[in-house]
Amino acid sequence: MDIRKIGENTWEIAADAAMKVPAVVYSSARLLEDMRRDQTLAQARNVACLPGIERRSYVMPDAHQGYGFPIGGVAAFDPDAGVISPGGVGYDINCGVRLLRTDFTEADVAAKSKELLAAIFEEVPAGVGKGGVTKLNRAVLRDILARGAEWAVENGYGRKEDLERTEEGGRMADADPGEVSERALERGITQLGTLGAGNHFLEIQKVEEILDEAAARAFGIDAAGQAMIMVHCGSRGLGHQVATDFIEILENAFGVAGLPDRELVAAPFRSAEGQRYYRAMCAAVNYAFANRQMIAHWIRDVVARVLGTARGVDQVYDVCHNVAKVEEHEVGGRSKRLVVHRKGATRSFGPGRPEVPSVYRAVGQPALIPGSMGTASYVLAGTKEAEALSFGSTAHGAGRIMSRHEALRRFRGEKIRDDLARRGIALKSTSWKGVAEEAAEAYKDVDEVVRVSNELGLGRVVARLAPLGVMKG
Amino acid sequence: MNRYRILPHTADGKFEAFGKTLEEAFGHAALALASLMWDWSKIEPRIEHLVHVEGLDREQLLVKFLGEIVYLFETRQFLLGRVSRIVIRPHLDGFALDAALGGETLASGHEITGDVKAVTYHELAIEDDWPGGGWRVQAVVDM
Repeated sequence: MDIRKIGENTWEIAADAAMKVPAVVYSSARLLEDMRRDQTLAQARNVACLPGIERRSYVMPDAHQGYGFPIGGVAAFDPDAGVISPGGVGYDINCGVRLLRTDFTEADVAAKSKELLAAIFEEVPAGVGKGGVTKLNRAVLRDILARGAEWAVENGYGRKEDLERTEEGGRMADADPGEVSERALERGITQLGTLGAGNHFLEIQKVEEILDEAAARAFGIDAAGQAMIMVHCGSRGLGHQVATDFIEILENAFGVAGLPDRELVAAPFRSAEGQRYYRAMCAAVNYAFANRQMIAHWIRDVVARVLGTARGVDQVYDVCHNVAKVEEHEVGGRSKRLVVHRKGATRSFGPGRPEVPSVYRAVGQPALIPGSMGTASYVLAGTKEAEALSFGSTAHGAGRIMSRHEALRRFRGEKIRDDLARRGIALKSTSWKGVAEEAAEAYKDVDEVVRVSNELGLGRVVARLAPLGVMKG
Repeated sequence: MNRYRILPHTADGKFEAFGKTLEEAFGHAALALASLMWDWSKIEPRIEHLVHVEGLDREQLLVKFLGEIVYLFETRQFLLGRVSRIVIRPHLDGFALDAALGGETLASGHEITGDVKAVTYHELAIEDDWPGGGWRVQAVVDM
């Protein structure tokens, strides 16, 4: 792959005959080495071949090989001449991160961290094949698909203020539950309010360092040592099934001839199939918002029980990092509506954007970047520069560099638990094998990912968080 | 001939499966997929699910067939242990597959060791020129 440096932390794959636009990679030389080892760059190039792509096919610093689109890929398409692609969103639709702040300190939590973690583990279902505690019928599930976190709050899960501190207000209005298949409903009906497995986790954290006082204050991050709680999960089997269903529907409608990778199958955004996928995807996004809303509610219940009160346990923000949305961006000096795909990328809108909640509009939207198990996580603030650089997007995490297979060969879950315990970090999991697979060494260095994001202005670093307790599915 | 082999892949699960016939290779691919989630060799065929899938080509047929195992696990708590009576035939412009999947349910207490979310087209391969005669299929699943 012919790639050249065009600026600090910025690389370009020039457009060949098949590419409509060049691809731009935001990365340090070190992170680029990881990308060269898998198919990240070839996939970024393939995305640049899709019809109606605007500006560039962008690659975030944590990118790694995905299906069709790279994970850590951002691409936007003209709604009239361009496409929407399930591969540009990913299987786990609205996989995302929610962060709660608290008035507790590290010391308050440390005294009861085992008890707290055990109680959360009891309350929030996690692990493979683990169903939810909520009994749903089809009518209620359809309501959830239409209204997302709004449904959850109306039904007693959480607070109204949580909604304004959630991307899209916790609800994508274009959702049409009627486009979600029977199979997807079946998979979703038992899994609402569950964390799942794999790289999904729930963490009790402390603020380790504040790097931007003004933004931190706006986000409710007050001082080093403050306890925080982070949740990383998505739309479970419902979202996976929506993706699976529509890849097939689009293959059958538009064929697969000429695609460099079948996972790149796409529909013109204005076509019947394109609109059907978009509306089904929005419904899955809403399911994931409701899912995280319910989990946050149970966390508050546990905190109230174990630490005496849930007062001050307020939501900082909730972001999706697997989604396609219609947004206004500048193209060739003019503002234009675009279908923006973020796959393993976090929206990072800067000050003034109407999508940013009014409480954060002066400083920019919180962009939440979880680390790997036992490593730091970060809170960033969105920037104006990011809109010009990446349609207002930044990284979404550490990004995997080692196969699960290899991780299992090298690490043991029990040993990881003991190592974390020596550093004062408690760990609860449904599976030691799962813990070994998610070893920190299997991921890129999140500090480096955030450093590059910050230097480029994809997101301004506000605070670094360190884990106190980790719960894995 | 080995039935299947798990292959290294950065983010997910990848395997290849072999068979003297396309049907046998598909059946072994189903066991390979199951092996990423539970030990299929310990599962008795106590209950049976009949599956029927259609695909516009062999690749889509394989993705949909393997998708049945994920779907049956999540919605029926079904653990696959055996594939039998598998038949693939031309259908419309593509192919149709019928098979009997034998197994137990999660309630029988078997250990779950992995979570497959979806079957992808990434690096999907179906070849009929496997040395020694027969078919080789390869798939990557999202975990």
